[in-house]
Amino acid sequence: MNVAAQMTVGSGGLAALHSAPFLEGVDGLVVQTQHLIEPHIGSLRRYARALVRDADRADDLVHDCVERALSRWHLWRGEGNLRAWLFTILHNVHVNNVRRDMSAGRPVQMPDGIEPRATPASQDDRLMLNELAAAMTRLPDEQRQTVLLVGLEGFSYREVARITGVPIGTVMSRLSRGRERLRELIAGPDESKIRKAK
Amino acid sequence: MSRPPSEADLHAYLDDALTPERRAEVEAWLEAHADDAARVAQWRAINSGLSEMYGAVAAEPVPSRLRALALGPRRSGFGWLPIAASILLALIAGVAAGWVLHGGSVAPVGTAAAALPRDAAVAFAVYAPELRHPVEVGAEEEAHLCQWLTRRLGTDVKAPKLDALGFKLVGGRLLTADKGPAALLMYEDGDKRRLTLYMVSGAPEPAAAEFSFAEHDGVNVFSWFEGNAGFALAGKLGRDELLKAARATYAGFKS
Repeated sequence: MNVAAQMTVGSGGLAALHSAPFLEGVDGLVVQTQHLIEPHIGSLRRYARALVRDADRADDLVHDCVERALSRWHLWRGEGNLRAWLFTILHNVHVNNVRRDMSAGRPVQMPDGIEPRATPASQDDRLMLNELAAAMTRLPDEQRQTVLLVGLEGFSYREVARITGVPIGTVMSRLSRGRERLRELIAGPDESKIRKAK
Repeated sequence: MSRPPSEADLHAYLDDALTPERRAEVEAWLEAHADDAARVAQWRAINSGLSEMYGAVAAEPVPSRLRALALGPRRSGFGWLPIAASILLALIAGVAAGWVLHGGSVAPVGTAAAALPRDAAVAFAVYAPELRHPVEVGAEEEAHLCQWLTRRLGTDVKAPKLDALGFKLVGGRLLTADKGPAALLMYEDGDKRRLTLYMVSGAPEPAAAEFSFAEHDGVNVFSWFEGNAGFALAGKLGRDELLKAARATYAGFKS
């Protein structure tokens, strides 16, 4: 039993009273916000990794997101979807980063190549994933965000509209254009014209 | 088929965002239109490709700097320390917290706060698997049980109703803690999952009621102090579910 790590938990709660923000519960009890944020870090990291590809930059993004969430905790009213609220913050941090990088003349284009995977893929699988990874880098950022928020993170169109701050119709068109573009890039343009030719 | 699906309908079909009626219509359309069906299948393959590439990231251990930020500095980075050293750290942190909280008078908050969740988890681990003798006094003698534990602990012991969460009182027993008696109440739900409420008295009152979360060997614990008593609710339940039970318990003692 890992007593060492756990022994410190109980007192950490009390010491944290002065620094950490709290959520006023319905019954007047105060719950440490960290307990509420921590379960979402996994999916924030997943989305950030898929969005910016570079693992360190992705974790920087999540770090800034959590920091901002803790400092703006008073804006969270304890109702609605906390995960969506955290993703909204992450989205805003990301958009600001991209804007800053562009004005600083830094390259925004992401590197090609595929992430290492835990399970070995078959040749075909590997090929498809390589193509998908490469195709993702060629999407405009808004389309990439939308494809990931819907397809990887499972948010509803309405939630994606709220997270990215655009009308739901814009979400739909970004999703549609993003997926079609990916399909074209992976399948080749000929195959994608089937429908139009009919 | 009433009307051919729009582009948006095809995406909404994939994303499970259609009404059941419209979904059935689109399904029928796709059965008759192989080109659209192929496009939807390719979009679906894109989704599974993304999950395959990035899904594992969510299950990776969270880097220490993120954990430190999200959970507060004391939660991370001490795992490698010898036990004695970390107990000392906990004591120092506790004494420091006590110092601040009590305006300069050092109170041993840290020891009680650190021991409570650990003792509660151990009590759960020892008694929850017990089939024949999980409790000394059964729920059928609830009034007697509470009177007895109240007398021994010197603080009001109640058995809060957790029926709304599906848990019913099994009974309770008297235990020993560091400085005296402790009470253990056990609950069980229809799936034979158990929850234990561990209580000690003589704890110093902290500045604010606050739930602390800890995990010991797969047992999750929410603990808090109220009045002169320390409470810890332990179980092999998910954090959210356990938090609900902790809130209900807290409310039960308030009423």
